[in-house]
Amino acid sequence: MTRDLALHLAVILALAGLSMVLPPYHHTNTARILLLAVYAMGYNIAFGYTGLLSLGHALFFGAGMYATGLLTHHGGWSALAALPMGLLAGGALALAIGLLALRTAGVSFMIVTLMFAQAGYLTVMYFTSYTRGEEGFNLARASRVIGPLDLSQDSTRYAVALAIFGAALLGQLVLVRSRLGRVMVAMRENEDRSRMLGYDPFRVKLAALVLSGVYAGTAGAAYGVMFGYVGASFVATQFSILPLLWVLLGGAGTTLGPVLGVALMFYLIDIASSYTTAHLAVIGGALLVLVLFAPRGVLGAVRERWVRWLP
Amino acid sequence: MAAVILSARRLTRHFGGVKAVDGVDLDLHHGEIHALIGPNGAGKTTLVGLLSGRIAMQAGTIILGGEDISRLPAHARVARGIAYTFQITSIYARLSVFDNVALAVQRHSGDLRAGTLAALARVGLDHLADQRAGTLAYGHQRLLEIAMGLALRPRLLILDEPTQGLADAEIATFKTLVRGLVPAATVLLIEHNMDVVMDLAQNITVLNSGQVLATGTPAQIRANPAVQAAYLGG
Repeated sequence: MTRDLALHLAVILALAGLSMVLPPYHHTNTARILLLAVYAMGYNIAFGYTGLLSLGHALFFGAGMYATGLLTHHGGWSALAALPMGLLAGGALALAIGLLALRTAGVSFMIVTLMFAQAGYLTVMYFTSYTRGEEGFNLARASRVIGPLDLSQDSTRYAVALAIFGAALLGQLVLVRSRLGRVMVAMRENEDRSRMLGYDPFRVKLAALVLSGVYAGTAGAAYGVMFGYVGASFVATQFSILPLLWVLLGGAGTTLGPVLGVALMFYLIDIASSYTTAHLAVIGGALLVLVLFAPRGVLGAVRERWVRWLP
Repeated sequence: MAAVILSARRLTRHFGGVKAVDGVDLDLHHGEIHALIGPNGAGKTTLVGLLSGRIAMQAGTIILGGEDISRLPAHARVARGIAYTFQITSIYARLSVFDNVALAVQRHSGDLRAGTLAALARVGLDHLADQRAGTLAYGHQRLLEIAMGLALRPRLLILDEPTQGLADAEIATFKTLVRGLVPAATVLLIEHNMDVVMDLAQNITVLNSGQVLATGTPAQIRANPAVQAAYLGG
């Protein structure tokens, strides 16, 4: 077993152990963090490894959440059947948007993805009769059961969230250690050079974006089912910016950066908001400190200074 | 003379009013080292940019091994066997030396680690495999650039001023390396160092103001009065 794999398995095991000792409040928080980390990992595949700065990823998260949510809520599908549809919806939408948006790069790509996400948000608001717009809808408890697993129950939810997180984390490790992963990084670092090594930038970036969309869609689908709520705030612009901040904070282009970033930000907001209503100012300050002193994020700095082999 | 591997006809690329490449014909024969020379601004880099697909052509055709590749994008031409090494070193500075070359090696099947180390060994950089490419000495970065081109196992390798900035000892190593590539591959060499050109090339094409001034063997080019007037300076 390589030390990469050992480290990642240790992280998963530690999180499993944590579930036995955490008080209920933090138990639920951690389950949320794990699913949001899957979303962040998806963002990391596109942004951290491939260099695609998207401002529209909430669309892929929302696609997963709404595909699964609407199918269970209106279509009467079981959670087991509806969850894979969320994954597919995220990937398919990423493919469709990638085909168009990847004709642009840099700032134009940011704007185009932002606009698509805005269109997605407006679509949710337009079909209020189905989505109930801003207010959203709750998923019935009965539809949140997979066989013997009742996802509305705390310990089950944690276990399933951890299983999804673990699969996503190991999948991400395999990806970045693969040949495709190396080419993704090559695109980020020097697209012109990569083209002259025979790689089609469009195809590589499209592949990365689709994988990223699958991650985001999975996270959205699971989040909706596990916490029983589907709402437009998950497709709003702010929810496209969050994964960028998480990944920057934890370390873009590191496999463990996303989960670390989500956890840090989650508790930073949690703690700050118990002291002041201006908690966003605290976040802003934290991000300024980050940009000034560790522009590559926490794990990026760790890798640069101490642990060179960190994937 | 060996079969023609690449045949370009009436290649044209103007930038505004500048006729960078203006109706150039070029034939490369299988297994030869062909040098492309000419004064600064003669259109050499633009011409190889057209051949490799980095720069879009305005007119002309390129036939590689019987196939018309004029309309193929750069990456597809690389896949068909044209490799290009950059004049201004274009390596992945933040990746390891190993990863730089592995990106080229992994286009072919086989043991990636062994193949990459072998490709590095050809230019004598295998002992630096784990180093970050951006921290290499300049001469080593040039060699890494060449190693990446070689690792693609090209049919046609285009070297754009490969000896620029190399020390004499490194140039000697480089010449041995290039001689070892033919006749399995064909080499198109843009070079300012006339000693290297006269030493290596079997054929030379002289460009001037975007047009072919002369083509021939080193002896013919040396004796050509037009070339002497335009370039060699007598």
